[in-house]
Amino acid sequence: MTTVAPPVISASNVWKVGTVASVHTESPTGRSLMIDVPGWGGNLAGQHLDLRLSAPDGYQAVRSYSIASASPGDRLELAVDRLPDGEVSPYLVDDVQVGDQLEIRGPLGGWFVWRPEQTEPVQLIGGGSGIVPLVAMARAHAASGSTAKFRLLYSVRSPQDVFFADELASLTSPNFEITWVYTRETPAGWPTAAGRLSPSVLKTATIPAAEKPTVFVCGPTGFVESVADWLVALDHPAASVKTERFGGK
Amino acid sequence: MNHLDGNVLAGPLSELFCVDMTVAVGRCGGCGDESVLASAMVYESGPDIVVRCHNCDDVLMTVVRAPGDLRVEMRGFGMIKVPL
Repeated sequence: MTTVAPPVISASNVWKVGTVASVHTESPTGRSLMIDVPGWGGNLAGQHLDLRLSAPDGYQAVRSYSIASASPGDRLELAVDRLPDGEVSPYLVDDVQVGDQLEIRGPLGGWFVWRPEQTEPVQLIGGGSGIVPLVAMARAHAASGSTAKFRLLYSVRSPQDVFFADELASLTSPNFEITWVYTRETPAGWPTAAGRLSPSVLKTATIPAAEKPTVFVCGPTGFVESVADWLVALDHPAASVKTERFGGK
Repeated sequence: MNHLDGNVLAGPLSELFCVDMTVAVGRCGGCGDESVLASAMVYESGPDIVVRCHNCDDVLMTVVRAPGDLRVEMRGFGMIKVPL
């Protein structure tokens, strides 16, 4: 008779080594990566990890990346957009190959998180690669069978820049509705012209404050701060609006 | 590179504190604002981090990571409360 030892989950503040299991191009500037991390033990939807790169001369760069998956177990998914002057993102998008190893710390963060036990309506608002933790939340919502009302507003430059396009399309349901905002180029035949998200579009496309939703806003810092201000102007309590800034503009 | 927010403190502060500090509520010594650390403004310069109050911009905390040690100054906090 054999006994099976339970999987060992190492603490979230310990650096662990992950191995890239697969890579997938998401957009002209973005790629998703499946990474196997022994001892990871799963993560909540919305959590992030820290990734550390070390150069031969000892220089180290640490960056935080939101996790696109919310599964138990030791496999996680990241999706990264290449920043023009980035130190780490070009490496992850252009250079990393299957079999490469990465130093990872996590899962991290208990604020910008959605748990299936939450029953209130949820409004997700993502700009560009800010969609990543929101995809994790949409996946967790579907996987848990939650009946909470979910809406997503996804602001993106063009249809080619969308991350997880097929999967988001497959997740739509009476419980999960998506509004697309194309800022530079729309799909053919799109009823509205390309343009940035505005307070009036925000108002018509999101769950109203009267329904007391929890709102998650993620993306470039400027986008997040504008949207958060507009939400408060629409009477959402500041405490109900959770934000995660990715830097940039 | 623009500023970030306190969510990114989760990793660095996990080297000092054994609970997730991003959900800790701090009281700003400057203006009295009480908010979760996740909503503070964070400015990174290499390995150094400056944390500012989202309301009045006063410095709440600095985190300096050098080879061999971590130095945390919490000069701007009148109080920190952590859920257990």
